[in-house]
Amino acid sequence: MAEKRIGQQTIILSNPPRIISHHCTVGPMEGRGPLAKYFDDILDDDLLGQTTPEKAELAILEQTINKTLNKKSLFVQDIQFYIAGDLLNQIISANFSARSIDTSFLGIYSACSTFTQGVGLGAILIDGGYADKVLSATSSHYQTAERQFRYPIELNVKRKPTNQHTVTGAGAVVLASDGDGPKITSVTFGKVIDLGIKDVNDMGSAMAPAAIDTLTQHLKDTGRTVGDYDLILTGDLSRQGKKMFTILAKDAGLSLGEKHQDAGVMIYSPQQPVGAGGSGCACSAVVTIGYVFKEMVQGKYSRVLIIATGALTNALTFQQGESIPGIAHAIVIEV
Amino acid sequence: MQYLIAFLVGGTICALAQLVLDHTKLALPHVLVGLTVLGAILSGFGIYEPFVKFAGAGALIPVCGFGNAIATGMLQEVKRLGWEGLFTGAFEITGLGVTAAVVFGSVIALVSKPKD
Repeated sequence: MAEKRIGQQTIILSNPPRIISHHCTVGPMEGRGPLAKYFDDILDDDLLGQTTPEKAELAILEQTINKTLNKKSLFVQDIQFYIAGDLLNQIISANFSARSIDTSFLGIYSACSTFTQGVGLGAILIDGGYADKVLSATSSHYQTAERQFRYPIELNVKRKPTNQHTVTGAGAVVLASDGDGPKITSVTFGKVIDLGIKDVNDMGSAMAPAAIDTLTQHLKDTGRTVGDYDLILTGDLSRQGKKMFTILAKDAGLSLGEKHQDAGVMIYSPQQPVGAGGSGCACSAVVTIGYVFKEMVQGKYSRVLIIATGALTNALTFQQGESIPGIAHAIVIEV
Repeated sequence: MQYLIAFLVGGTICALAQLVLDHTKLALPHVLVGLTVLGAILSGFGIYEPFVKFAGAGALIPVCGFGNAIATGMLQEVKRLGWEGLFTGAFEITGLGVTAAVVFGSVIALVSKPKD
């Protein structure tokens, strides 16, 4: 048995890597939401002066990465791995952003759970002694995701109340073997769970079973209880998925109460025209980097479980009547 | 009075279509094509014409009016040309609307940008 594993799916990082630098950028809609004061950068223009939303997403990602490195005067030469992913076909935002980052690149995809997958993988590389510094980033953009997964926004299709609004933004972190900052102490990579939900307008409910599976497995593996965490942040289940998650948690005998928050619910206020809440690779990234890290520094939280969730579907599979597989990857962050 | 009837009838068609969209699993293209086909069928049976007389723009503007225009154009052309009319007729009347949509769509796309 590998010595760093406990239980079925959990990895314990005995030399926990630190998040020594981080930065998050959001679009105007997120800037009007309740977490506005936590975000590092709020854009006035969601296109960032670019001619297409795809170029804009790339520019937002690149800008976020540069600011993350500049904050701690880091250079690309200091970084041994760059791990990134996004929602677009062939993860073009991540792949294109790697053109200007002159180091080993790992492009990853697990839809909206890409953030914790990337940070988890980076933390393992450092803990295992394969790297000293790893850069991990994710991005998403409302306009690019809408056009790929639903309709181009020019078509102005009326959205359903269970639809989620893809967060425009990007988040990046630098993980290091030494330095100051919150540390990643364990990682639980999830299983793909598919209970046969086919409603592409309600991805929150499709992802909730995966989130609960990862949560219960993590608690079982570590022997911890909900009480051992100050915050359990799922994302991005949104209001609809959170309802489902709460019901499933009850069935699993967990009483979460106020400890459970969802990034997709937190990022927008109920008055904003965003359906059930936020989604996208950037959703859990900017809420974690913006809100959670800052509140950890303030002393509000000392041990947090982040469970980012992804709906592994695409525009073609749902048209062909396939159901929506869900996945959830969890990381534990401590100060 | 004519305006009021047009408003009420057109609004009712759109409201019913919206209810179908909101409360069934049908997607936008299903509803769009469904209404067009319905309009064409009603037109073929001679039911749509009296409906247009009654409701005016209320029957012409919704997409079922587009289906009516396709069927009416085809019937006219079939009378004029025989079976070839089935192929030339579809855009006989709708050509105006289709071209207008393409032209105005292009113009608007040139001068405006979608936003978050």
